[in-house]
Amino acid sequence: MFLSWLPENISSFGRDIDGIIGLIYYITLAWFVVTMGTLLVFIVRYRRRPGQAAGYVRGERLREAAWILVPCLLILVLDLWIDFKGAAVWAKVKVDLPQSDVHVKVTGKQFNWVVTYPGPDGKFGTEDDKTFLDEMHVPAGKPVRLTLEAKDVIHSFFLPNLRLKQDVLPGRAIPAWLDAMKPGQYEMPCAALCGMGHSGMKATLVVHDATGWATWVAEQWSGEKK
Amino acid sequence: MTMTATAPHEHHEAAGFFRTYLYSTDHKMIAKQYLLLGLIMAVVGGFLSYAMRWQLAWPDTEVPGFGFVGPETFNVLVTNHGTIMVFFVAMPILLGSFGNFLIPLMIGARDMAFPRLNALSFWLLALGSTVLCVSFFVPGGAAPAGWTGYPPLSAKAEYTGVNWGLNLWLLAHAIEFAAFLLGGVNFLTTVVTMRAPGMTMGRLPLVIWQQVAAATLFLLSVGPLIAGAVMLLMDRLVGTGFFIPERGGEPLLWQHLFWFFGHPEVYVVLLPALGAALEVYPVFSRKPVFGYRWIIWATICAGALSFIVWAHHMFVSGMDPRLAMPFSITTILISVPFALTVFAMVASLYRGSISFELPMLWGLGFLAMFTTGGLTGIFLGSAPADIYLNSTYFVVAHFHYTLISAVIFGGYAGIYYWFPKMFGRMLGTRLGQLHFWSTLVFFNLTFFPLHWIGIAGMVRRIANPLQYEMVAPHQWINVFSTLSLLGLVASQLVFFLNFFLSQFRGRPAPANPWNATTLEWTAPSPPPHGNWGASMPAVERWPYEYSAPGADRDWVGQRAPTVEALLRGEGRA
Ligand SMILES: [Cu+2]
Ligand SMILES: [Cu+2]
Repeated sequence: MFLSWLPENISSFGRDIDGIIGLIYYITLAWFVVTMGTLLVFIVRYRRRPGQAAGYVRGERLREAAWILVPCLLILVLDLWIDFKGAAVWAKVKVDLPQSDVHVKVTGKQFNWVVTYPGPDGKFGTEDDKTFLDEMHVPAGKPVRLTLEAKDVIHSFFLPNLRLKQDVLPGRAIPAWLDAMKPGQYEMPCAALCGMGHSGMKATLVVHDATGWATWVAEQWSGEKK
Repeated sequence: MTMTATAPHEHHEAAGFFRTYLYSTDHKMIAKQYLLLGLIMAVVGGFLSYAMRWQLAWPDTEVPGFGFVGPETFNVLVTNHGTIMVFFVAMPILLGSFGNFLIPLMIGARDMAFPRLNALSFWLLALGSTVLCVSFFVPGGAAPAGWTGYPPLSAKAEYTGVNWGLNLWLLAHAIEFAAFLLGGVNFLTTVVTMRAPGMTMGRLPLVIWQQVAAATLFLLSVGPLIAGAVMLLMDRLVGTGFFIPERGGEPLLWQHLFWFFGHPEVYVVLLPALGAALEVYPVFSRKPVFGYRWIIWATICAGALSFIVWAHHMFVSGMDPRLAMPFSITTILISVPFALTVFAMVASLYRGSISFELPMLWGLGFLAMFTTGGLTGIFLGSAPADIYLNSTYFVVAHFHYTLISAVIFGGYAGIYYWFPKMFGRMLGTRLGQLHFWSTLVFFNLTFFPLHWIGIAGMVRRIANPLQYEMVAPHQWINVFSTLSLLGLVASQLVFFLNFFLSQFRGRPAPANPWNATTLEWTAPSPPPHGNWGASMPAVERWPYEYSAPGADRDWVGQRAPTVEALLRGEGRA
C-alpha cells in the first residue's frame, strides 16, 4: 500500500531509511487493523437491537482500564523500538559523516542549484574551482562529502533516489554526505518553498561509474596547470 | 470547591437588532457569530483549495470561476488556504463557537465570566479576518511565503515581490492571536470560577475538559510567536535583522518560535473536536464513556508533551543534528496518551446500544480518520524516516487526516449534536445522511492517494507537478484527487443547504431531543438570555450516567432537582 511507491533507492544508507519506513509501516498497519477491526466489530455487535440493553461499563477501575492500558504499554515498547532503530540510522546519515576524498559544495539560490568543485588542489576558493548550474556529478560507490549553503532564502536539497534531504540556509555551511551506488541520472528537486520560481527549481545528479568519473574529471580539468 | 452562581443579568428586556446580533454579550449569540464567521471563512479557504487543486491537476489552465493561477498565484493560494483553515476556520468553530456556547451551558452558568471581553475577542477576530481578506486586494497581492512564513523569504519584500500583502498577513495573525488570548482567559476564568453548585472538576463533561486544555495550551504557547511576528514585521518595516543572516540574524529562530506554538496549536484544534466526539458516544450508545479519568490524564500528558516536541518539524532544517533524536523520542511517545484516548473511545462502544444518528456517524468518522492521521504521524515523528518524507505530499496527506478529522468530522459531530440546542430546531436527517456519506467517501478519495504520490517523491508547494520526471507518471493521482475534491466541496453545499433550510423549516427541537444527561439539555431549546430562568441549576452526579443499574430509565441527568436535594446528598454518583 505504501512501500511499493518508494522510488528506486541507489544510496548506501537508503536501505536503512527504507528499513525504518518499512518497520513503522508494518507496526502502524497492525495497529490500524486491530483498532479499526475492533471498532467495526463493536459497531456491528452492539448496534441497537430490541431487547438488548446497554451495559454500565465505566472503565475507571484499574481492572477494567487494563483493557486499554495494556495495549498502551505495548505501544510504548514499540515506540522505543522505533526510536532505538531510528537513532542508529539517523546517526549514520546525519551525524557520523565518513571520510571522503570527493568534496562538493552545493549552494541554493533563487532558483538554481550552484554546484562547485574544488578542483585538483582540493581547496575551495582557488582558481581551479569549477562551477556548474543545476548539474551535479559524483562517482558511484564512493562516499562524497557535501557542503550545503544558500545565498538568499531557505531551499531544501533533496535527492529522492538517495533518500537524502537537507534544508540549506543563508549564513550556514551544513555538512552532509552521500554514497551513490548506481550510475545514472537522477532528479534533484528543491523541497522548500523559496519564492515564485520554486516550482521547477531542480537539478540533475549524474552518477558516473569509475571510468566515467575519471573521464569526466579529466575533461573538466585537463590542460589546466595545477 | 463549590462556586456561587452569579446573579441573573438585569437587562433582560427585548433588545434591538444592533444589541441582539452585533453588539451582543450573550455567549450564545457570540457562539453563533463565531460559527458564522468560521463558515464564511471556510467558503473562502475552500475556494482557494479548489483553485489550487485545479492547478495541480491541469497546470497552467484557466480555473473556472477563478482565472489563471500559475506559479506566483499558486504560492498565494497555498499560503492563505493554510492560514485561513487553521486560524480562521478551525479555531473560530471548534474553540470560539463550541467553547462559547458550551462552557456556560454545561457548567451551569448564565454567561461567560467577562461577557464584554467575550464580544471584544469576537470582533477582534472579525477584524483579523477582514485584514486577511483585504490583503488579497493590495498592490502586489497577498502573502506567498507559506502558512509557516519562514524567513528570510518572508523577511524581505524583494524575495517574494510582495510587500503589503505579507505585512497585512502578519498583522492579521497578531490580531487573531490577541482575540484568542482574550477568549482563552475568559474560558479558563469561567470554568474555574463559575461552575454550578456540585459541578466539581471530577464531574465536568469531557468536552469542557478538552476546551480548558485547548485554551491553556494556546495561552502558554502563543506568546513566543507573537514576539516572533512582531520581530518579523520589524524586519520588514524598520530594517531590523532578527531573522536575516546578513544583518546578524538567525532564520532558524523563527522556526523554533513558530513550532513551539505550532505543535500545541494542532491540539488546540484537535482537543475540542475530540471532546465533541466524546460527548456524542455515550449519548448514542447509551452507556458511560469508558475511562473518564484516564482520558483526562491522557489529555494532560499529551498537552504537556506537546511543548517538548516542536523540533520534529525541523529535523532537516539545519539545526544541530544531535538534537533530532531527543525530539523524535518525545514525539513518538505522544502516541501513547493519544492511543489511550482512541482505545477509550473504542471501548466506550463496548456493550453499548448504538444508534447511528447523524452526530454519532460523524463521531465514528472522526475516530476512524483521526486514527489514520495519527498513525501516519509516526512516520514523520521518526527522524530518519522524515529525512525522506519531510516536505512531501505524505505530510500533506497526514495533516489533512488529522486536521480535517478534527475540523470536519469532529466539528460536524458537534454541530449536528448541538444544533437543536443552538437554534431550537432539528437538522434535517435526509440531507444530513447524504452530507455524511458523501463527505466520508470524497474525503478519503481526495486525500488518501496523496500519501502515495508523496512517497513517490512529489514535494509540497510546487505549482506544476509535470515539471518533475518522478511525479509526471503519477499525475493521474493529482487529477483523481482534484476530481474528488470537487465532490467533497459539493458535499459541503449539501450541508449549507440543510443548515439554512433547517433554520426555518426544521422540526422544532424539544429541550432534550437525545435523552442526554449533561446540563445544557435541561435549558430550553434555544436557551433564553441568562440560560436558566429564575432557578439556577445544581449538579449531583458525573456526566455519563447511562444505563445505570437500578435506575428506572436508561439515563439520569447531572442536574439535581433542587439545590436542597443536592445538599441532602441524594443520588450522589
Ligand atoms: Cu524551492
Ligand atoms: Cu508538530
